[in-house]
Amino acid sequence: MAKRNTSKNNIKNEKTVSINNLSHFYGENENKKQVLDNVNLKIDKGELVLLKGPSGCGKTTLLTLIGALRTCQSGDLTVLSNQLNGASRKTRQILRKSIGMIFQGHNLLRCLTAEQNVQMGADLIKDLTYLQRREIARNWLSAVGLEDHHKKLPNNLSGGQKQRVAIARALSANPKLLLADEPTSALDSVTGREIVTLLRKLAKEQNCSVLMVTHDPRISDMADRILNMEDGKIYGAHSELI
Amino acid sequence: MNFSFLKFRKIPLAWLLLTRQPLRLIVAIAGISFAGILMFMQLGFRDGLFDTSVTIHKLLDADLVLISPRSKSSISMSGFPRRRLIQTLAVEDVEKTAPVNLNYLLWRNPENLKTRSILALGFNPSDSLLIDDGFSNKAYKLRNPSRVLFDKLSRPEFGPIEEWFLSDKKVETEVAGKRVIVEGLVELGPSFGADGNLITSRETFLRLFPANPPGSIEIGLVKLRKGSDPKLISRILNNSLPNDVRVLTKNQFIEFEKNYWKNSTAIGFIFSLGALMGFVVGCVVVYQILYSDVIDHLPEYATLLAMGYRLKSLFFVVAREGFLLALFGYLPAYFSGQILYSVIRNSTKLPIIMDADKTILIFVLVLVMCMGSAGIAMRKLVDADPAEIF
Repeated sequence: MAKRNTSKNNIKNEKTVSINNLSHFYGENENKKQVLDNVNLKIDKGELVLLKGPSGCGKTTLLTLIGALRTCQSGDLTVLSNQLNGASRKTRQILRKSIGMIFQGHNLLRCLTAEQNVQMGADLIKDLTYLQRREIARNWLSAVGLEDHHKKLPNNLSGGQKQRVAIARALSANPKLLLADEPTSALDSVTGREIVTLLRKLAKEQNCSVLMVTHDPRISDMADRILNMEDGKIYGAHSELI
Repeated sequence: MNFSFLKFRKIPLAWLLLTRQPLRLIVAIAGISFAGILMFMQLGFRDGLFDTSVTIHKLLDADLVLISPRSKSSISMSGFPRRRLIQTLAVEDVEKTAPVNLNYLLWRNPENLKTRSILALGFNPSDSLLIDDGFSNKAYKLRNPSRVLFDKLSRPEFGPIEEWFLSDKKVETEVAGKRVIVEGLVELGPSFGADGNLITSRETFLRLFPANPPGSIEIGLVKLRKGSDPKLISRILNNSLPNDVRVLTKNQFIEFEKNYWKNSTAIGFIFSLGALMGFVVGCVVVYQILYSDVIDHLPEYATLLAMGYRLKSLFFVVAREGFLLALFGYLPAYFSGQILYSVIRNSTKLPIIMDADKTILIFVLVLVMCMGSAGIAMRKLVDADPAEIF
């Protein structure tokens, strides 16, 4: 019985992202440059966290490390209960299926329609038929308000519509964590706010944590927490060291 | 109804990547088709050479064939004593024999009077020379001197012999400077060694070619009794006859001719090299197309890797692109090959045919070409770094 309670407590306290003393370097010998300096960070389930900071401060490096796109060099990095320091390529690849990514340039596949792009995300879900995966793609396109554009190629969509497709694609694989890199930078203020509102709504519905890198001050009020980053260190919303 | 197979159905990414730029796809298909056509032509000519070189060999009505050990092929036959053929009758299994003279003589085109080398066969009209039911009736006419049977599949440079003959016009011309009359037509077919053929009696042959000793023949045909084993009898005869003659089964005689063209001349090598060049050209074209395709889509491949797709899945996408290119490149090559074979058959009378062996071989070559090139292009996929797309 006691064992069961402990297990429940563990689940309750489990963080989506847990980082302790994470450091990262580029280059070697005299060219070696530290981009992350003993970073500590925790992200709860369903939390929307904004990460701000000047260019070159290490935001994108942190995002790629959390996204299991780079190997962790020093410190502890646990994402969705997976310790990434020393993790194999296979472990990182499997973990990435549970992480949705939204890119600044949306990176849609140019040869695929909006629906097919979203279905590429849904195709990562096991044990579903083609029709079920297509249904998921259509539902997510409807959720982002693009049900009438499902047959359009990315070239025939506006910047905002492309970013909506990217959000639908990221969410269609049922991720537990969403990483977004400047998703509103190429959009006008109204569209940018719409996109983040939508992202926040859908992520909350999915109990999905979101870590968003942004320079956009217009969306700061929508975050649960704002972190500032400078010279490879993370500070709180009011410049206090976490 | 069980729809479990639908689990494995995916978006046809390879197809969509290929068809996104139709012009590039058309260029790729044209390049592969060109390589395929080149291979079809080269292998067609090579096989045509080998097949035409044994057209007459296949038609000979014999189980065993005697030739001189000095003979290298039908274009360089040496003579041997005719009595060796008579000696074979001492073996109980030998039913009958037929001596044949064979050499190249000069035929004069009766229309423009130009001369051209023609392969002449001389035999006794009472013997059975060819496996052809109607041939014995034609052979009967050769009992009269200076009569010949002309091969109507010979090249047109020999003159409008068939046309004249069928219009009941008396066809008269010169062979080796001596007058002959065409008494009939046969169907043998030209080869790389001979543009045309004629058949005559030994008597006429020796008159046309007096330098040939009367007791010497180039080919001896041996017909065995039913149920005899040609291989066994050929072994017995080879052991019992002197060394100035060699006994071959009919199949060995066909292989003997083919081997000459394959091994003793550069022709087989040249055509195989031509086919290899087609293969290499195709490899370069497909590699260029697939390599530029991978480079062009590198950010998209990196995005898929970032989403959790395995590198192996992307390798399969490129491999499928290679397979589709092979399929779409091969089909036009096959149909163009059929048309070109037909044109060549009609203009050269060479029996170039699209047989199953060639069809499968070239499909396999095109497939290897495309899949190999895809394999090399895949190496570039390793450069797709998902961390760089942020």
